[in-house]
Amino acid sequence: MTPDAPGALPRSFHMTGTSSFLDFLAAHDPSLLPTGRHLPAGEVPAAPHATTIVALTFDGGVVMAGDRRATAGPMIASRHIEKVFPADEYSAVGIAGTAGLALELVRLFQLELEHYEKIEGSLLSLDGKANRLATMIRGSLGLAMQGLAVVPLFGGYDLDRGVGRMFSFDVTGGRYEETDFHAVGSGSVFARGSLKKLWWPGMNASDAVRTAVHALVDAADDDSATGGPDTLRRIWPVVATVTASGYLRVEDEALARTVAEVDAIRRAEGDPR
Amino acid sequence: MTMPFYVSPEQLMKDRADYARKGIARGRSVVVLAYDDGIAFATENPSRALHKISEIYDRIAFAAVGKYNEFENLRVAGVRYADLRGYSYDRSDVTARGLANAYAQTLGTVFTTESKPLEVEIVVAEVGASPATDQIYRLSYDGSVADEHGHVAMGGQAEHLSERLAERWSPGMDLAAVVRLAVDTLGAQVDGPDRTLEPTQLEVAVLDRTRPRRAFRRLAAPQLADLLGAPPDDTAAAGPGPSDPATTEG
Repeated sequence: MTPDAPGALPRSFHMTGTSSFLDFLAAHDPSLLPTGRHLPAGEVPAAPHATTIVALTFDGGVVMAGDRRATAGPMIASRHIEKVFPADEYSAVGIAGTAGLALELVRLFQLELEHYEKIEGSLLSLDGKANRLATMIRGSLGLAMQGLAVVPLFGGYDLDRGVGRMFSFDVTGGRYEETDFHAVGSGSVFARGSLKKLWWPGMNASDAVRTAVHALVDAADDDSATGGPDTLRRIWPVVATVTASGYLRVEDEALARTVAEVDAIRRAEGDPR
Repeated sequence: MTMPFYVSPEQLMKDRADYARKGIARGRSVVVLAYDDGIAFATENPSRALHKISEIYDRIAFAAVGKYNEFENLRVAGVRYADLRGYSYDRSDVTARGLANAYAQTLGTVFTTESKPLEVEIVVAEVGASPATDQIYRLSYDGSVADEHGHVAMGGQAEHLSERLAERWSPGMDLAAVVRLAVDTLGAQVDGPDRTLEPTQLEVAVLDRTRPRRAFRRLAAPQLADLLGAPPDDTAAAGPGPSDPATTEG
């Protein structure tokens, strides 16, 4: 093989047969992939961890919400981190676990979907996207065994079936389709308990947004690593709906009203003890 | 008998250039036109799946004429170049100029070292925040680059079409006006009367600077029919060029 001409596009760029950005990177420069790195032995210093993500289906789509807190051990590393992202136009991904790796995973996943879309000229199916994400997580199993686990929650609008669907994952790359609602992260136990009582079939988008916020508030109530809505600094959870018209992040003004509603319900019912 | 005849470098390059030019001239033309809110691309292409015009990155698009397998390979390489660069640095660091340079080196290297030049001609365009910052680069089979302003025609009758565009294109035209101009121009023939192209025979796409992130958008046949059917008076502000009796009836 002759070496690549200087300045010209390298030979690996012309390789045919794959529409995957990950496969391309693996062939071109594996060191750019999280899986291509060698980890030194030893303890990993405290790094920010992202916490609770909830998702639930409603009539015509899926809503996903995440709190804004990241913790490093007992410290609050960030009170305005964002953990819910558009994966592409018709899907959302939320992340819990080691923040740095999770954000890199999201970036790669977004790129993977967009790359496929540009090269093929069509969107991946929702199952295809979920499988792709599962493959990426499986590739990071070595990192997970060092305590650097990333656990995403993936939800989207299935254009073929016309419904909202969601998928959870484990660190070994297991992919599980969830029905109705699901939560991941440190506060997920409390959020799931909350959703179990608050979710009902056939709810509309605004009911679903309120229920998601309610679940996050319940999680923040009992889990120190989950941040509740911060009315002092006006930091609200990231809440997004995915419907036939695509990914839409709920505006801060609307969230402020929703948080006030949820607070009012709790204030009326609540006994300070 | 086995000794090859001496061929002068001039003759060798000329033969290659002629070969590439012949291949390119066989294909349908592509026109690229700047308008007030972006850059429009149009070609005659009845296929809905095999595109000549494609998205490369957020603000960058690609249009090509010539051999499909050759420009498709360049397109995929361009998408990989842009995505890798955006991943390594930042999305705002991916520029049409960088991509045009990489393409130019690739085309130039193939032209001088491979047994056959690539029979393609490419436009790489990037839409900026204002018409003044739009960039359109035209690349030839031999790796030469031209920085174009306003309008480009390439393919079969590039010269003839370029003349027509130069006569009728003006800065600040709106989308309906440039699409009409593009369709008229694509229907032009050197010998014989102009043809009228139907929306279903066309592949049209735009880089729309008003869109938030990914500026590239394809215009499907119904949208095209709407644009072409729009009354000519809404282009009054666009200057003298675009009104043409041939299209107002269809």
